Amino acid sequence: MRDWRYWLAEQRGTLLAFGIFIVMFAIYSANHPAGFTANVVQTAANKGVLLAFVAMAQTLVVLTAGIDLSVGMIFTLTNCMASWLVIGTGLETAFGVLAVLGTGLICGAVNGAIVIYGRLQPIVATIATGAVFFGLALLLRPVPGGSVNEDLADFLTGRFFGVVPASLVALLVVVLVVWVPFSRSEFGRAAYAAGSSETAAYMSGVPIRRGKFLAYTLAGLLAAIGGLFLTFFTYTGEAAYASGNAYTLFSIAAVVLGGVSLFGGKGSAIGAIFGALAFRTIGDLLFVFDFDPLWQPLFQGVILLIAVSLGAFALFRVRNRLEWFL
Amino acid sequence: MDGAAPLFRMEGISKRYGGVRALEKADLTVTAGGIHAILGENGAGKSTLIKVMAGVVAPDEGTMTLDGREVSFASPAAANQAGIVCIFQELSLIPELSVADNIVISGPPKRFGMIDRKAQRRIAEEALARAGASDIHPRALVKDLPLSRRQMVEIAKALARKPRILILDEATSALTASDVAKVFEVLKRLRSEGLALLYISHRMNEIAELADHCTVFRNGRNVASYPAGSKSDNEVVELMIGREYSHIFPPKPGSAPAATPVLEARNLSWADRLDNISLSVRPGEIVGLGGLDGQGQRELLLAFFGVLRGLRGEVLIDGKPVSIASPTAASHGSIGMALIPEDRKTEGLMLPMTVRENLSFAALDRLSKAGIIDRAAEQRLIDDMVGLLAIKTAGLDIPVGALSGGNQQKVVIAKWLMRQPRIILLNDPTRGIDVGTKQELYQLMRKLADEGAAILFYSTDYDELIGCCDRVLVLYDGAVKRELIGDGITEHALIASALNMQGDDTRFGLGGKA
Repeated sequence: MRDWRYWLAEQRGTLLAFGIFIVMFAIYSANHPAGFTANVVQTAANKGVLLAFVAMAQTLVVLTAGIDLSVGMIFTLTNCMASWLVIGTGLETAFGVLAVLGTGLICGAVNGAIVIYGRLQPIVATIATGAVFFGLALLLRPVPGGSVNEDLADFLTGRFFGVVPASLVALLVVVLVVWVPFSRSEFGRAAYAAGSSETAAYMSGVPIRRGKFLAYTLAGLLAAIGGLFLTFFTYTGEAAYASGNAYTLFSIAAVVLGGVSLFGGKGSAIGAIFGALAFRTIGDLLFVFDFDPLWQPLFQGVILLIAVSLGAFALFRVRNRLEWFL
Repeated sequence: MDGAAPLFRMEGISKRYGGVRALEKADLTVTAGGIHAILGENGAGKSTLIKVMAGVVAPDEGTMTLDGREVSFASPAAANQAGIVCIFQELSLIPELSVADNIVISGPPKRFGMIDRKAQRRIAEEALARAGASDIHPRALVKDLPLSRRQMVEIAKALARKPRILILDEATSALTASDVAKVFEVLKRLRSEGLALLYISHRMNEIAELADHCTVFRNGRNVASYPAGSKSDNEVVELMIGREYSHIFPPKPGSAPAATPVLEARNLSWADRLDNISLSVRPGEIVGLGGLDGQGQRELLLAFFGVLRGLRGEVLIDGKPVSIASPTAASHGSIGMALIPEDRKTEGLMLPMTVRENLSFAALDRLSKAGIIDRAAEQRLIDDMVGLLAIKTAGLDIPVGALSGGNQQKVVIAKWLMRQPRIILLNDPTRGIDVGTKQELYQLMRKLADEGAAILFYSTDYDELIGCCDRVLVLYDGAVKRELIGDGITEHALIASALNMQGDDTRFGLGGKA
């Protein structure tokens, strides 16, 4: 009867992010010298998908009311690793991909173990592990270099049937294989429940620890998928500190734009993906409108600040001051 | 009882926490198809007994038998499996999840490893209907529901686990009168379906209406067990507190003092919760706020205390209009107001901090010179308060969370009395505390009033309003519907005006509006 209203309320954040992205992308392609062509879409998709993977990773952790400040560094570490391992014959390449994804899982599991079993605050724990992950990346690639299986790389960054960007298809597959089962499993619900009210979840016999641990671990996996794709786009590995940090920050912006609550328990990775694509498009808009590239970091910083402030706007509407603290 | 074989039996159960004996060789026999009330003061061992039954804590000694077989529960899940489900006093719902998600939370139906949403929806609708709350939409988020509806969801959640023994621990304390009536119907139906129900409540009238059998606990033991209705309320209370029960309420002074009102409201309105409220409280007077729970009483107190924004109308202190912008402004200077909040755990106390720190928070400005706290003055004042309220604590430097509920509430009150407030607002201060502490609080209130404080007192307990107040204002739908004075404050008048003289379904439309 009124079911669609509840559906709408549940999906509001995601739909809003989708809307923002569509509007911005329309402006972008309308002003792009080449217009709305398969090429423009492919380039935009390839750039956007990287952030989308990292934002999905961030979503999983943020849902549990945590935050993962190491996602960007897992992304960097796995990029460096892939530039060594994802090369050679088909079998060697496959092994390399598995090793890279496995590394991501381990990084995520380490974060999860420290936060859940070591009872450290996520912010502190992941800053520390992030530094470790970057250190490992630097040992692997003191200077940028390496290479990747170019056949695989070109296949996954090219186009299917001449129009569909392969990276978007890959993103869709990851959503279907990782996010959908997670969000509909008992552990996914446990992650939501733990983010919303950990005590209530505990009292209800929800498997909080396993839910949170799975969220952190899968976050590592998703960041590693991002790292793999970075290697496919650049053909090299680079232990770039600034870029790793930027991805962490942008993932938070993307998550917020995507309607995921930083207080936990609310939102979806689909929203975060559109948040990521929208955030990327902002950068591209600066390009088509001929802004000085020097201004771009400042501009992105401001967008980030606005995005994280969005969550606070609701407080202005609060008429009972006690609700400020909820 | 009728000689039926007991469904569940506890024998010689003991439990110690450190040096404190919570249960001492306690026995309990539960039969199917009956409602068994457990009575006792806080700290009498009721909660521990329930926790043992529900698998939350393991007993030090004693045996439990279910269907004649000896059992022990390693976790709440194990107890659930055996058919023992407890609705705890503290809500265990997850706010950001939907009602249906919450109802099946501990064991959602699954298909191919994922949660089967259709089955989940079906279970939720069934459970809500069984709990008499089919007006709640299974997809609604719990955080969007008012407290009383959440409590109904909590009951539905327990029913969805198909219990054989259902334990209700103060489960009706957050409910409105019409919900309580519905829950009672549900409980009676469950009884006729052959469930065993354990009912814990501080409300004697609820026990009188529901229970078939009562067991009174005192000091960790079951001291009496008797068929419901075979003892008078007075006898029961004597059993509970183990001392002579007389004059629980201090005498009232009689005629109202003639002084000018210290606190006054004129045409106060806020959002759709407060509607044109005018009232006045004189020094030395205890004015009660009555009515069904959630009719704006809480908001009215918050409005006076400077918590609400966008208030319309006037607040007058000593006859002069003032604008109170924050609790700090309300408690300082010439206003001198204090609010004893309803939820002591979130609004009254910082649980992990010490008793000493909690006591002095509200008065730090008065205790410090040039920003430095005067330790000696602080100690003096704290000693005064601990003495005045007879706070039982193992020391001032232990976390306040370690105190019993009644003593925690005393700390909240003491914290505000350290400021020597002229106007004291009390928001249901005796909820969930034991009879002995209640009695002490009534006496304290009257004492403070006699010393010249103006007291505005909201209570969900009609007895308290009748026993303590000089006047009672009954709120309905955010407006003052009736003023009862002196001997006019009777249970009949209170209930009639609380229901606004209509059917008890009147509360219903309000839930949607909130």
